[in-house]
Amino acid sequence: MTEDKTTNKISMKRVIIKGVLLFLLIDLLFAPLSPLPFLGRISAYNIIYAGRMRLPYGENPDQAYNLSLFNLEAMFASHVLAATKKPLDEYRILIIGDSSVWGYLLKPENTLSGYINSANLNVSDGRSVRAYNLGYPTLSLIKDLLILNYAIRYQPDLIIWMVTLESFPVANQLESPIVQNNPFTVQDLITSYSLNLDLHDPRFVTLNLWDSTLVGKRRALADILRLQLYGVMWSATGIDQYYPESYEPPQENLTLDEYFQGLQPPYLNPADLSLDIISAGINITGNIPILYVNEPIYISHGENSDIRYNFFYPRWAYDQYRQLFAETCSIGRWHCLDEWDLVPPDEFTNSAIHMSPLGTQTLASELEHEILSLTNP
Amino acid sequence: MVASILAIYWLQPSTPIRHLDFWLPTVCMALTILTWILTRPKDNSDVRSNLTTGLVIATVILLIGLTRYLGPVCCLTPTRPPALYQIALAVVLITLFVILANRIAPGKVGWIYGCTILIVGLFAALKYDPLTILMSMALRALNSQAVELASAFDIRWLGFSYVAFRLIHTLCDRLSGRLPDLTLKDFTIYVIFFPTFSAGPIDRVQRFIQDLHRPFQLSTDTALNGGKRIFLGIFSKYVLADGLALFALNSNNSSQVNSMGWLWVMTYAFALRIFFDFSGYTDIAIGMGHLLGIQLPENFEHPYLKQNLTLFWNSWHMTLAQWFRAYFFNPLTRALRSDSHNIPMPLIIFAGQLSTFILIGLWHGISWNYAIWGAWHGLGLFLHNRWSDLLRSRVPNLESRPRLKQLVGLGGTLLTFHYVTLGWVWFALSTPAQSWNTFLKLFGMA
Repeated sequence: MTEDKTTNKISMKRVIIKGVLLFLLIDLLFAPLSPLPFLGRISAYNIIYAGRMRLPYGENPDQAYNLSLFNLEAMFASHVLAATKKPLDEYRILIIGDSSVWGYLLKPENTLSGYINSANLNVSDGRSVRAYNLGYPTLSLIKDLLILNYAIRYQPDLIIWMVTLESFPVANQLESPIVQNNPFTVQDLITSYSLNLDLHDPRFVTLNLWDSTLVGKRRALADILRLQLYGVMWSATGIDQYYPESYEPPQENLTLDEYFQGLQPPYLNPADLSLDIISAGINITGNIPILYVNEPIYISHGENSDIRYNFFYPRWAYDQYRQLFAETCSIGRWHCLDEWDLVPPDEFTNSAIHMSPLGTQTLASELEHEILSLTNP
Repeated sequence: MVASILAIYWLQPSTPIRHLDFWLPTVCMALTILTWILTRPKDNSDVRSNLTTGLVIATVILLIGLTRYLGPVCCLTPTRPPALYQIALAVVLITLFVILANRIAPGKVGWIYGCTILIVGLFAALKYDPLTILMSMALRALNSQAVELASAFDIRWLGFSYVAFRLIHTLCDRLSGRLPDLTLKDFTIYVIFFPTFSAGPIDRVQRFIQDLHRPFQLSTDTALNGGKRIFLGIFSKYVLADGLALFALNSNNSSQVNSMGWLWVMTYAFALRIFFDFSGYTDIAIGMGHLLGIQLPENFEHPYLKQNLTLFWNSWHMTLAQWFRAYFFNPLTRALRSDSHNIPMPLIIFAGQLSTFILIGLWHGISWNYAIWGAWHGLGLFLHNRWSDLLRSRVPNLESRPRLKQLVGLGGTLLTFHYVTLGWVWFALSTPAQSWNTFLKLFGMA
C-alpha cells in the first residue's frame, strides 16, 4: 500500500514536471521558429470558400464576418488575388489606397475594382482587364507601399495608387497599426529606398522574447484561425463589413481652423510630405506602370467653406498639395490623374473621402478611360 | 463550502442595476438556507454544527462586502459591493426570517409548496422577458435608476436555473420522504457546489452526499483523469464551440445567407457548437469534481451517434431529462393512468412526452420558439415510440443479418441526427416566422 502510494506520488510529480517542461519547450521554440508567416499561408480561402474581394479588415467581427489582423501572408492568402496562377488572357490591375478604395460602406461589387470589372474591358492585345481591390482602411503611404511590396509577386500589369493629402504627412506614416505591427518589413523598406522615416521610431511594435513565444503570439494565432472560420460566413452571405443603418454625413459647416496636421499656413513644405514613398513605389514596380490618382474629396459649401474644403483639408494646404502632386508627376513623368473635384458632395457617405456607389462608379468610369488610354497607345 | 460561496459571487456577471451582482448570490444563499429549513427533519439534533455553518455563511458574505473598501473593484465581485451597513442589515433580516421560519415551518407541507411556488415563480420571472423587464423596473426604481432603461438583460442571475432544479428536487424528495437528513453545511455544498453551479450536471443529493462523506485522498489516476476532463472541456468549450460559434446559425445570420448549402453548414455548426459548448462545461465540472472527490454524473454520452430519438434523450443532457422524468413525466403519467377516465396508453404517452418536452423547452426561456422546440422533440419521441411498437411485431430479427442491422443502425443515426439538428432551427432563432423561413430555405423552397 505504502509502495503504491509512493509510486503514485512519484509518477504524478514526473507527469507535472514533464508536462511543464514540454510546454515550456514548445512555447519557447515558437519564438525562433516564428511560424506565423508559414501558418498564414495555409488558407481555406480559394479552396473551400471563395477568396475575399478585399483585404481582411473589420471592427465588428461578429457582424462584419471579417476582422483586422496584421499577418500579410494570411491577409493575401484569403484574397481572391491568390486564387490561381495569373491567367494568360488577364490584364491584371492592382488598386491600392485607403478606405475609399477598400470601399467603406460599399458592397464589394460597388467598389472601384468592382465597377472596373463589371465594365468588361479589354486591352489592345485582347487580354481582359481584371482589377483587384488591395485598398486598406488607414491613411498612410508607407502602408500602401507595404501592401504594394507584397502584392508585386502576383504579377500585376498595372498599379493604380489612389492617394489623398491626408496620407502624405511624414508624421502620420507610422500611425497605421498594420505598419506598426510589421516592423521588420517596413524597416526594410525604409532602408532599401532611403525613406525619410525613423528606423527606430517608438511606434514600431517591438517584441521581447515572451511576446514572441506561443503564449505571447496567441492573439495573432487566434486571428488567423478566426479569419479562416469567418470564411464560411463570407461565402454564405457575401458580407465582409458591417453596414450601419444610418451614419453621420461629412461635416458641412466647418470650424475656422486653418491648420493642417499641425502645419501652419501659408506654405506647405514638401519636406513635410512623404513624396519619397511615392517614388519608392516606382522602384518596387520597375517596368510595371503605376497610375497615381489624387482621389475625389468632399467639397463643402457650408460655413467657413471659404477657408476649408472639408473636415480634413484647409484650402491653402490642399491647393498647394495638388500643385505639388502635379509638379512631382511632371518631373518624374509619371502617369497621374487629379480627380479631386470629380464627385459631387451628395455622393459622399460618412467622410470626406468615402463615396457612394454612384460616386465610386463615376470615378471608375474615369479610371476605365485612363486604363484604356494607357494600354492602347 | 466557503470556496463555493466565494465562487458564486465571483462568477456572477455584472448587471446595469446597482449592486445586483452582489444581491443575487445573496438571495441565492438565503433561498438555500430557507429550503434547508423546510426540508430538514423536525428533530434535527446537529444544532451546533448548523449554527456554525450559518455563522460562517454570514461572515463570508460580510467579508465579501468588506472588499468594497479595498478599491473601486477589488478582486471578487464584478462591481463594488454595497455599503457594509446595507449588507449587515440584509444579513440581520435574513437571520430573523430564518429564525422565524425555523420556528414555524419545518415539516409543514404548506411551506414546502409555498417555497416551490416561489422558486418556480422566480424562475418564470427570469425566463419571461416581460416579467423580467417588470422586475428590472422595480429594482431600478428602488435604486433610483432610470426606469425607462429597464431591459430583460438587466437581470442575469448566473446559475439560478440549476440551483432551482436542486432546490425543487430536495423539496419534492422531502414530500415523498426520500430526502436524507442533511446538515446545513452538506445541503449548502450540494446546492451551490461551484463546479456545477453555472451549467450542471444536476446531481441527486442522495448520491452527492455519499461522495461528500467518503474519505478522499487525491491519487495520481484521479488527478490525471480529472485534469484530462478539464483539459478536454476547455478545448471543447473555448476552441471547438467558440470557433463554431463564429458561423453557427443565429438570428442575425439566418436571413443573410444566400445559398442552401451554406445554410446547412451553419445549421450543422449550431448543432455541433451547442454540443461542444455544453459538454465542454460538463467536462470541466466533472473534472473538477474528480479533483475534489465528487463523482458527478455524466451528462452527455455521444448523443449524436444514437440510432433513435429515445436513445438521444438518454444521452443528451441526461441529468436534466432524468430530473423531468422523475418530477414531472412519471407523476403525470401515473396520475393519468390511475384516472377513472380510462385514457388509452398511447394518449397518455403522447400527453406525457409532449408536455414534458414543452416544459424542457420553456426552461431555456419562455418563448414560442423554445416551446415549439420542446414540442418538436415531444412529438418525435412519441412517433418513435409508436414506430418501435409497430416494428417490433413486424420486422424480422436483424440479429442474424449483421450487415442489414449495421445499415439500419447507420440510417437511424443519420435520421436522428438530422431530426435533432433541424430541431435546433427552432432553438437557435428567435421567432417562429424566422425559423419557418429558414426551414423553407434549407429545403430550397424560399
